[in-house]
Amino acid sequence: MFTTRKQYEPYVSPFDPCAPILVKTYVTPPNLYVGFQPPNLPQFPLHEALKKGTLWKIFYDPYYSPYEMANKGDGQ
Amino acid sequence: MWIYEKKLQYPVRVSTCNPKLAKYLIEQYGGADGELAAALRYLNQRYSIPDKVIGLLTDIGTEELAHLEMIATMVYKLTKDATPEQLKEAGLDAHYVNHDRALFYHNAAGVPWTATYIQAKGDPIADLYEDIAAEEKARATYQWIINMSDDPDLNDGLRFLREREIIHAQRFREAVEILKEERDRKKFF
Ligand SMILES: [Fe+2]
Repeated sequence: MFTTRKQYEPYVSPFDPCAPILVKTYVTPPNLYVGFQPPNLPQFPLHEALKKGTLWKIFYDPYYSPYEMANKGDGQ
Repeated sequence: MWIYEKKLQYPVRVSTCNPKLAKYLIEQYGGADGELAAALRYLNQRYSIPDKVIGLLTDIGTEELAHLEMIATMVYKLTKDATPEQLKEAGLDAHYVNHDRALFYHNAAGVPWTATYIQAKGDPIADLYEDIAAEEKARATYQWIINMSDDPDLNDGLRFLREREIIHAQRFREAVEILKEERDRKKFF
């Protein structure tokens, strides 16, 4: 399998004017990993798929803001 | 031709009166990587692309129009009842002076939409790679808007739109796979 969030630690100078962000994250969406979609992948139930924006579980990768993460603790 | 269905692809709900969010959302309306640019890009490129992927460009281009409509609805809801004073606070005073509360195709910084945002190179691979990049840029834009918004209902709609960009990028990547496939070679999954 694959992960859809990556992190790196940018250089921090002792003379940075603002409090440094020590870890930066970026998104690597599922479409980077799957190639041509193989047959018979697991699906969401139809009603759920309409809500989620995809029928295919492998491509579902929701994004939550840091604000939402702090409040709900879900997301990735 | 198209057949119009008088409903949104996904329900649009906005729960807080925060016209500032409209200023951010307009990026996806008339910005370089917005839904208008996406729709016009794909619906134009499709004439000069190999037959196997024309339908894909038609389908996705059409869906982008449905997304444009969702963004328009969000912006409209956030601005229709805002007073000039509220619009001023939201940084929409320049917009109000020019357009009242009408929507307009410009980006979050007020720069009007231009056809130079999109390309049709006539080279199938070049065009599809542009399309993949456009989808990833739109996905990123939705992330940045979600980061700036604390409206849970609005974010729900934005998350749906962002998920669709992931799917679109996937399908464009598959289109490249189709076009690069060697003739007479067996397909393996
Ligand atoms: Fe898209």
